[in-house]
Amino acid sequence: MPNMRATKNPMPAQAPDVRNHNFDEVTLGYTAEMAVDEAQRCLHCKNMPCVSGCPVNIQIPDFVKKVAEGDFEGAYQVISLSSSLPAVCGRVCPQESQCEGKCVRGIKGEPVGIGRLERFVADYHNANCTEAPQAPEKNGHKVAVIGSGPAGLTCAGDLAKMGYDVTVYEALHLAGGVLVYGIPEFRLPKAIVQKEVDNLKALGVKVETDMVIGRILTIEELKAEYGYEAIFIGTGAGLPRFMNIPGENLKGVYSANEFLTRSNLMKAYRADSATPIQRARRVAVVGGGNVAMDAARTAKRLGAEEVYIVYRRGMAELPARKEEVEHAEEEGIIFKTLCNPVEILPADVSDPRDPAYGWVSGIRCVEMELGEPDESGRRRPVVKEGSEFELPMDCVIMALGTSPNPLLKKTTPGLETRRRGEIVADESGLTSIEGVYAGGDAVTGAATVILAMGAGKTAAAAMDAYIKGKNA
Amino acid sequence: MYKIVRKKSLNPTVTLMDIEAPLVAKKAKAGQFIILRVDGDGERIPLTVAGCDQEKGTVTIIFQIVGATTEKLNHKNEGESIEDFVGPLGMPTEIEGLKKVCVIGGGVGCAIALPVARALHEQGAEVTAIAGFRNKDLVILEDEFKACSDRFIMMTDDGSYGEKGTVTVPLKELLEKGERFDEVIAIGPLIMMKFVCLTTKEYGQKTVVSMNPIMIDGTGMCGGCRLSVGGETKFACVDGPDFDGHLVDFDEAMSRARSYAPFERHAYEEACNLFQKEVR
Repeated sequence: MPNMRATKNPMPAQAPDVRNHNFDEVTLGYTAEMAVDEAQRCLHCKNMPCVSGCPVNIQIPDFVKKVAEGDFEGAYQVISLSSSLPAVCGRVCPQESQCEGKCVRGIKGEPVGIGRLERFVADYHNANCTEAPQAPEKNGHKVAVIGSGPAGLTCAGDLAKMGYDVTVYEALHLAGGVLVYGIPEFRLPKAIVQKEVDNLKALGVKVETDMVIGRILTIEELKAEYGYEAIFIGTGAGLPRFMNIPGENLKGVYSANEFLTRSNLMKAYRADSATPIQRARRVAVVGGGNVAMDAARTAKRLGAEEVYIVYRRGMAELPARKEEVEHAEEEGIIFKTLCNPVEILPADVSDPRDPAYGWVSGIRCVEMELGEPDESGRRRPVVKEGSEFELPMDCVIMALGTSPNPLLKKTTPGLETRRRGEIVADESGLTSIEGVYAGGDAVTGAATVILAMGAGKTAAAAMDAYIKGKNA
Repeated sequence: MYKIVRKKSLNPTVTLMDIEAPLVAKKAKAGQFIILRVDGDGERIPLTVAGCDQEKGTVTIIFQIVGATTEKLNHKNEGESIEDFVGPLGMPTEIEGLKKVCVIGGGVGCAIALPVARALHEQGAEVTAIAGFRNKDLVILEDEFKACSDRFIMMTDDGSYGEKGTVTVPLKELLEKGERFDEVIAIGPLIMMKFVCLTTKEYGQKTVVSMNPIMIDGTGMCGGCRLSVGGETKFACVDGPDFDGHLVDFDEAMSRARSYAPFERHAYEEACNLFQKEVR
């Protein structure tokens, strides 16, 4: 008999006014008792709507059943048939619009806490299974993966398990891509990412950091000189967008990428970091996605007194995960929705020799209202006439989305891309160049970890088929 | 890890190192830069490539000790290694087709101007080189410049060596006499490049500058290195580092360069304390 309580087991978490002063993980994870209890809420529907909501089709009822039976390692084995980064996805997937969004229990109450269960299972495995994965026998074929974010790590892992000799090239000094430079420690502890990278290395994957492909080596060279039979491009969407409004180059204006990279990758939140970051009093983060929430909550933790999310649509339209919005609100982030900056105002100093010259002093905004739906289906924000107002700020962070980096396109003849630089790839991930595959944000533009992971898996299978076909 | 195979002090504040990085050495061209980290906790700093030896697989960097990271780097010795060395980054200096060029270097900027002058010389261009330093003790690479220029002018601010004055003095004289170049290429402190551009603008003399703003990744990801060029925002790391000097907003660039001045000063003092060295 399933547990018919209408609500999820609440997620244990650090208290909001404690956690907004530290960078430790916000949520603490279910205990075994909570996990079993939560798993018992699953109705085991025959048509499994939750599975259809999962981009990588994890057999959710199967793993939930194992949890309900207390077989946590068995549950992990079920998940790992479909997903290679459960500890990550359990934390960062937008479950409310995926698996949990389809859960029948959600009709008359809260859905089963599938994401929380996934995280519990993955953490259980990481804590209790100390055995490093065994490197499989090599099949003698070399493949390269460019980029070590979720798409690249997944693709590399799958290919390594098939016996390929895999080399991952990473531009930064640390592997993990957006998982290490973008998502903050308080939402995704870096030890979890490191564990995934270590697991890959145990499988025999070589990880070459400090390698900006397109500059130090081209894709052509990787194929012709290094003998990689197939190449996967998982270079993400790292190019930040700005608003192109006056004042955007003032000191104190950051792209969210810069602000988060300073804090996450370079550890600027630590007092002993060699990398500086502005610790501002009043911060405006422009945008409403997960990256905006991450930037706002990071600014708060760095000691800001007032942090605003400035977003041109309403609360209901915020693209961020529901949990991130809730956490941000609890932590005292102020939401200025239906509001759009039109100018960033400089400090009132005109002499370039003055140290105060060139700093931000505020933003001029307009109020918005929602009009007719636009091509994205969301109601288009329209400026309210005569609604201009100013907010004093000493830091402004632009979290308006990112596009794929144009570097590979510029240095790879024949690599086709779309308008914003997204690499053209078919369903299997094949690009316009034979043997070269791509997936994740580099193809879709900024999206989610799970979609990138799914694309990495699909491409790995296609690369395997391609190499086998060629050598048949 | 990347091994330091040669280290040489060029003057009390400027050091040359050859770093073992064969793949970078194979690709790097004049005008491009690298990003390095001295150790596992280090910050990432960009340095423009001062030369390469493809056979030995080494890349030459020449740096001025201005802060904590360069102080730490300067304490590394031959045979030791640095943690990270990424490159080549940015676009190479465009020298194709140039026949008559004035290359201007200021201070440690001469280290970057030199490979440009050398490449121009090797392609048969007529090179006028102007090198400027604060005083005689800080002069570097004089012989190297002479070897690849048809005309070489040495300037010091205090007149302790060469002619007295800034690099714009002889530049203005040449332009006033009616000399014109396919390009003036100026590499040095922002304030020097600003005044070179103000000088050449009067004469309609095309001028290219090499910008070296604050950066993190160097691949176009953070946007920290952005500049206003002709009213448009450009990223120095991927669009540059070379730009049309008459279009660059130098006041903005100078302001942005000082974003972290108090932090940098503090970190430098701490590094000096660590090495029990007098703070400059």
